[in-house]
Amino acid sequence: MATLFRYLPILVVLALWEAATRYGLVSKLMVPDLASVGAAFWQLLTSGELVFNAGRSLGRAFIGLAAATAFGIVAGLLMATIRPVRLLVNPLVQAFYPMPKSALIPVVMVWFGLGDLSKIVLIFLGCILPVVVSTYNGARGVDHVLVWSAASLGASRRAILTEVVLPAAMPEIFNGMRTALAFSFILMVSSEFILAKDGIGYLIATLGDGGAYAAMFACILTVAGVGFGADRLFGLLIRRTLRWREP
Amino acid sequence: MEPTVGIDVRNVSHAYGARNGRGVVALQGINLSIRPNEFHALLGPSGCGKSTLLYLIGGFVPVQTGTIATARGRVSAPSPERGIVFQNFALFPWKTVRENVLYGLEKLKLDREERERRAREFIELVHLTGFEDAYPSQLSGGMQQRTAIARTLAVDPEVLLMDEPFGALDAQTRRVMQEELRAIWQRKQKTVVFVTHDVHEAVFLAERISIMSARPGRIEHVIDVGFDRNAGEEVMKTREFVELSEHIWDLVRQQAIAATRGAL
Repeated sequence: MATLFRYLPILVVLALWEAATRYGLVSKLMVPDLASVGAAFWQLLTSGELVFNAGRSLGRAFIGLAAATAFGIVAGLLMATIRPVRLLVNPLVQAFYPMPKSALIPVVMVWFGLGDLSKIVLIFLGCILPVVVSTYNGARGVDHVLVWSAASLGASRRAILTEVVLPAAMPEIFNGMRTALAFSFILMVSSEFILAKDGIGYLIATLGDGGAYAAMFACILTVAGVGFGADRLFGLLIRRTLRWREP
Repeated sequence: MEPTVGIDVRNVSHAYGARNGRGVVALQGINLSIRPNEFHALLGPSGCGKSTLLYLIGGFVPVQTGTIATARGRVSAPSPERGIVFQNFALFPWKTVRENVLYGLEKLKLDREERERRAREFIELVHLTGFEDAYPSQLSGGMQQRTAIARTLAVDPEVLLMDEPFGALDAQTRRVMQEELRAIWQRKQKTVVFVTHDVHEAVFLAERISIMSARPGRIEHVIDVGFDRNAGEEVMKTREFVELSEHIWDLVRQQAIAATRGAL
């Protein structure tokens, strides 16, 4: 019940949408009514088209995000602990961070082809920086008395890094991963818009080109729903993992 | 053979920010010989460098000038031979009480059963049996500090360094912890270096007290407490206790006043 109440604004927007189309406030050519969108959704779902394309997209996003997380955490930890690495990588991170990664879509297509790899590389590039930066900040912010305590209990430098610095930085790292998750969805869809032969972005683009607006909206809502669900799920995972923070 | 030296500090000076040439001298010409199994308090106004001296002994901060040695030899890095307890507990917040206490034990070459046994023993020593699976965030300050003490004692260090360990606790808890620490120290003989700015705490706990001056930190007086304090809290009402405390208070106050003048 509380959950329903929290998401009430979403229901209000959907109701407004339905009202606007039903009473002719906006043209059905511009915005299809919810009932047609629902019907189109059902048709896409039963034909297997939606599941197939969404699956392709999510696979790319997952691989890109997982690789970005793994590399990003290692890079962030190395930056935080080894000065030469920090001096080398930090300016690159700062220069690359504000750049919209979607600007790289054409380049990545040329370099890595039109298949899965180019999309995965793009998602990887977009997702790695938030993970690097959050890991770096988290690791730099570790209270030195924790490190000293571990050292005086016999921990090696390496053990301090993996057993103290990493878990202490984990809350920050999760924040970075959550940002990366959102980026992965953006880049997943936008790269599939430009050039792809499957994927949810491809589906949205082709349905739009073909004038099947109801189906197109069904796909857009699906992406939004899946993205929202993934974020919620990740939030739940964070809360469970960081249970030790709650009194 | 019983070692003849607990901790030997010779001609130690230390400056912060020395690299840019305008460093703050935190310690100057410190000489201090602490006997094995002695409970030694470092007392002084804030900013006298007493914590810095403790960190140097711990090997956490590299020695710039002079030498520091224990029975095991010269101090150059942190070691399980010298355990430390911090004012803000420094527990691993993602580990339970048991996991915190086990952390140092896992670094020793002990079998699992022995590790578990020792963790239980030390959790019991600090009266935390029943709280093994609690996270630090679920515990009171006093309980967190007990956990930190158990974690440090479990690896059986020869030297116990304590950096105002009860400074973050309320007065009531502090009193209880002081008595417990005394009891623990009597059961498990260790060389203790205890940093505090609380005169009563120093007189209640320590066998000898070094009184430090502020900026640059020097050891101005070393006082032998020299009377029996095993009666617990009652000791604090005795004449010797009150008189010695007042005497030390005067010495510390002089240092604090001198420090203020120096700052003006």
